[in-house]
Amino acid sequence: MKTRIDEYLAEFPKNKQESLIPILQGIQEQEGYLPEEAFVKVGQHLSIPTSKIFGVATFYNQFRLEPNGKYHVQVCRGTACHVLGSATVLEEMEKQLKIKAGSTTKDGLFSIEVVACIGACGLAPVICINGDFHAKVTPESIEEIFNQYRNQEESND
Amino acid sequence: MSLNIEVNNKQVEAQQGEMILDVLERNGIKVPTLCHIKDFFPSGACRMCVVEDERSGRMITACSYPIEEGMKIKTHSPKVVESRKTIVELLLANHPDDCLYCVRNGHCDLQDLSKDLNVTERRIAGKPNGTPQDFSSSAISRDPDKCILCGRCVRICEQTMGVSAIDFINRGSETVIGTTFDKGLNTSSCVNCGQCINVCPTGALHEKPHYNEIRDAINDPEKTVVVQYAPAISISLAEEFGLEPGKDLNGVLNAALRKLGFNFVFDTTFSADLTIMEEASELIERVSTGGTLPMITSCCPGWIKYAEEFAPDFLGNLSSCKSPMQMLGAVIKTHFAEQSNIKKEELYSVAIMPCTAKKFEAQRDEMTRNGITDIDVVLTTRELINYIKLSGLDLSKIEPEMVDSPLGVRSTAGKLFGVSGGVMEAAVRTAYYKLTGEELLNFQVPEIRGLNGRKETKIKINDLEVGVAVVNSLAKAKELLDEIREGRNDLHFIEVMACPGGCIGGGGQPFNTDEDALKARAKTLYSIDDRDSLKVSHKNPEIIELYKDFLGEPLSHKSHDLLHTKYCKRDVLL
Repeated sequence: MKTRIDEYLAEFPKNKQESLIPILQGIQEQEGYLPEEAFVKVGQHLSIPTSKIFGVATFYNQFRLEPNGKYHVQVCRGTACHVLGSATVLEEMEKQLKIKAGSTTKDGLFSIEVVACIGACGLAPVICINGDFHAKVTPESIEEIFNQYRNQEESND
Repeated sequence: MSLNIEVNNKQVEAQQGEMILDVLERNGIKVPTLCHIKDFFPSGACRMCVVEDERSGRMITACSYPIEEGMKIKTHSPKVVESRKTIVELLLANHPDDCLYCVRNGHCDLQDLSKDLNVTERRIAGKPNGTPQDFSSSAISRDPDKCILCGRCVRICEQTMGVSAIDFINRGSETVIGTTFDKGLNTSSCVNCGQCINVCPTGALHEKPHYNEIRDAINDPEKTVVVQYAPAISISLAEEFGLEPGKDLNGVLNAALRKLGFNFVFDTTFSADLTIMEEASELIERVSTGGTLPMITSCCPGWIKYAEEFAPDFLGNLSSCKSPMQMLGAVIKTHFAEQSNIKKEELYSVAIMPCTAKKFEAQRDEMTRNGITDIDVVLTTRELINYIKLSGLDLSKIEPEMVDSPLGVRSTAGKLFGVSGGVMEAAVRTAYYKLTGEELLNFQVPEIRGLNGRKETKIKINDLEVGVAVVNSLAKAKELLDEIREGRNDLHFIEVMACPGGCIGGGGQPFNTDEDALKARAKTLYSIDDRDSLKVSHKNPEIIELYKDFLGEPLSHKSHDLLHTKYCKRDVLL
C-alpha cells in the first residue's frame, strides 16, 4: 500500500543524495516528525544507509523523531532568557515531565523543544505552549502552568 | 612535479599532491595518528598528526594537508609536542580510567600515546558520559564510553565493507557512534566481520568474549572438549610470541591446545578439503544441469549475512555448503561421537577462528540439529593468544605434536583457504580433476593469488572456459555483484571473503596486523603449498575414508543433511 511518505518521495528524483535534508524537512512538515518508515524509505529512494540518515537527523535540532505532544512546549534559550535563568527552567521542566528536550511524554500530552530567541525578551524567561506565551517563568511556577493544561485536558474528557 | 620542502631542517623531495604525512612516512619520520587509516581519504578529525609550518607559522594536520613548495615542517617542536599532549589530555578527560581492566590493555593506541607524550596526571577533569554498553550482538560488543570518536570504525564499515551499520549520531559533546535509532548492533545491518575492532584505537569495540565457557567446559569432568582451528590460525600467532611474522606454528599449536586441556585437537583444514569435495561437486552439477550460475562461495559468514541483507537476489547463487567450521562441527557431533563412543550431549565443540562473524554463524538456527549445535563456542585468534599467555605456555619451548586423526590430515589446498583466492584455487584443482581425470598443471592458479581486492581469470577445463572471480572486502563484492546485475555473464564461480586479504586479515586476528604481516602470512601459506606433497582435497586419504565409511559420496543424502544449509532474506534496517 502506498503511504503518504511514498507519495511525497515520488516527487524527488531517485539517488539524488543532496536532496536528503529538504526531503526530511518536507516529511517532517507533513507528518509532524520523522517516523521510522521515513528513514527506511528515504534510504531506499536516495541509496543512503539508514545509519547515515539517522546521523543527519540527530545532528540538526530541527528534526524530531517523535510526534509532538498535544501540548508542545517551546522553551526559549535566547540570551535574555538565559541571563534570567532559562537553563534552570528547562532543567525543572525535564525533571517534572521526565523527558529530555526534543522528546514527548509517554502519554503524548507534552513535548519540549528548545528554541533560540522567540522575540519576547521583555517577558524573559519565556516559554510558549501551543502558541500561548507564558512570561517570567520560574522553576517554581512551572508545575502550575503544566497543571493548567492537565486540568484543561481532564475537563475535555 | 617534484617540490622541495624542509623537514626538521633537512631538505626533502616530495611530489605535488602528496600529503605531508606520506612524505614524513617515506623519510622515516613517525608522527602519531589516531583517526587516520592508511590508503583512506584523510578525515583530519583528531588533529593528532599536527605539525608546524615555520614558514607560515601555522599548525597543520599532516594527514590532510598537501605539500606546498618551500614548506618548513617541524614535526616535534615543543609547540607541536605540547599540542599533541593537550589533545590526548582532552581525550582522556572523559575517558574511563580502567586501563587495567580493559580488553585493550597493552594494545591501545590511546594508552601508547599517553605514555609516549608523558601524560602523567589527569589535568583536565571530566567524567565518562555513561552511555550504556551494547552486548546485544553475538559477535561484537561496544563500550561507547571508551570511544574517542575517531570514526575509523564508521569509515571501514562504510568504505571497505559497504555496510554502514554505524555512524555518528547526535552532535557536539553528545556525539556517539551508534546504529540507526541507536538500537543494539544485533538488529542492525552489521555483518559481524570485526574490521571495526581491528581499526579501533581503544577498547570501545571488542569481540564477545567466550573464554569462561571454554574454561568451564574443560574443567567439567563430564565433558569431552574437542577443538578445531582454522587454516589461518597456525600462521597468525608467531609475532605475538616474539617470533618471525608468518611463521607456521602448526605442530606447536597442536601441543599447546592439548596442554590447555582440550581432549581432541582437529584441524579445520581437513574440513576445508571436505568443503571442496562438496562445493566442487555442486559446481559441476550446476554447470552440467543448468543450475544457477555463477555459483558463489559460502565459507565466509560475514559475506553470507551481507548477502542475506543486501543481496537477497543472489541467495540462489550461494553454494549450499556449510562453512568448513560447521562441516567439521557436524561430523564431530555425529560420526566422531559414534566412533569414539561419546554421547553427543557430553561433547563440547570449540572452534578457533580468525573471525568474529564465526561467533554469529555458530549460533544460527540452521546450525543446530535436534537440539545439538554443530559448534558450541568460537574463540578468535586474539582470545586464543590470551588463553595461551594466561596459561603460562611458552610456545618457543613446546615440542610440536601431530593433530588428532582421523579428521586431521589435510591437503595444502585446504590450507590455502586462509588467504583470498585459496578456496577458489582448491576448488578448481578438484573440479579440474573430476572433469578431466587429470590433475591441473602445476596445481596453481597464479592469477587469483595475492592480496588484491579483485582477481579474475579463465580456466580451460575440457571444452569449457570456466570464468572465475575472487573478491575480498564486501565493497569489492558489491562492485562485482552490480556488474552481474547489469548483465555480465562470463563467470561461473566466485569466491567472496569479507575481510581484506581473506581470513589472514580477519576481524579476530591479532591487533596491529599490518600489510607486512598479511604478506608474511600469505607467503607462508603459499610456501606450505609448494613444500607439502598432498596438494589436492580429493587425494586426502582421510576424506576418502570419511566418504567410504560414513557420507557415501559428495552431495549424497547424508552430506546434504549434515554438510549443507540454506539461507534466507534478512529484514534489517539497511
